[in-house]
Amino acid sequence: MAEIVHPSPAPFDSAQGRLAHQFDNLEQQKEASTLGMWVFLTTEVLFFGGLFVTYCIYRLWYPAAFAAGSREMLIWAGATNTAVLITSSLTMALAVHAAQTGNRRLLMSFLIVTMLLGCVFLGIKAFEYHTEFAEHHVPGAAFEFQPQALRQNAQLFFSLYFVMTGLHALHMIIGLGLMSFMLWWAWNGTITKEYYNPIEVSGLYWHFVDIVWIFLFPLLYLIGRHV
Amino acid sequence: MSEHIVPTRTYYTIFAILMLCTGLTVAIAFVNLGAMNIVAALTIAAFKATIVVLFFMHVKYSTRLTWAVVVGSLFWLGILLALTLGDYLTRGWIT
Repeated sequence: MAEIVHPSPAPFDSAQGRLAHQFDNLEQQKEASTLGMWVFLTTEVLFFGGLFVTYCIYRLWYPAAFAAGSREMLIWAGATNTAVLITSSLTMALAVHAAQTGNRRLLMSFLIVTMLLGCVFLGIKAFEYHTEFAEHHVPGAAFEFQPQALRQNAQLFFSLYFVMTGLHALHMIIGLGLMSFMLWWAWNGTITKEYYNPIEVSGLYWHFVDIVWIFLFPLLYLIGRHV
Repeated sequence: MSEHIVPTRTYYTIFAILMLCTGLTVAIAFVNLGAMNIVAALTIAAFKATIVVLFFMHVKYSTRLTWAVVVGSLFWLGILLALTLGDYLTRGWIT
């Protein structure tokens, strides 16, 4: 009687189990996913880049209206949000460190703090949007701006402000979604000392969104302050 | 290379520098430097972005291929800015 030989399954190793068959090892897999995220971020740089170029052209054409528009911004809110995002980048970097050193509890704590800071940012942003709605600074039929002579061009400033910060806020919301997944994976043990690329790669995205704000803050809130 | 674990002290140092730069850029914004205001603001922003990319995003410790992609993204952004502004800013030259 022929003996049926079943291929014996490889001893279960949580890290090796995460190795996709097209890669030689986890190291190569991690480098590939990091590279993939950077290529995606390149497309994001150009995505936001188009808006920054638009901003540059209109600011060069209508400097007075853009300076007057930026003086209407709540500078304390913008500055606080910058600090909040920088702090969230720190906790994100520390989350990656916790993942690398295999500290699951610390990883989960830092992910939660990062998400909370992301929510604080969005809360302050929502408060700003509310203030701008109340002051009739939303472009459209109800738009009001003093002095009246700058009304038309100030409306351009506010259009760019809402599109750029809105798109940035959308990225923040997507980032919060990503972090929720990471928290789930950290909790159920998917993330290990050997397999932490999801945390690393999500971190890259989070830091990128921070960098976008690092440029939005001076361009939208600070340009006309000295006049 | 990618197994490099950045000590947490580096992260705290970068965080402190980023916070100082944020305070600095807000302070400078209230001083009238004329055309230099925007230059100062963007220089500080570019510096902040650079240290975020190098340390928080680990590019300093990444492979050359990652470097190539990062530099490539800046290069293409440069093309976008230079060619578009080169068009718009020179339109007035022809009367």
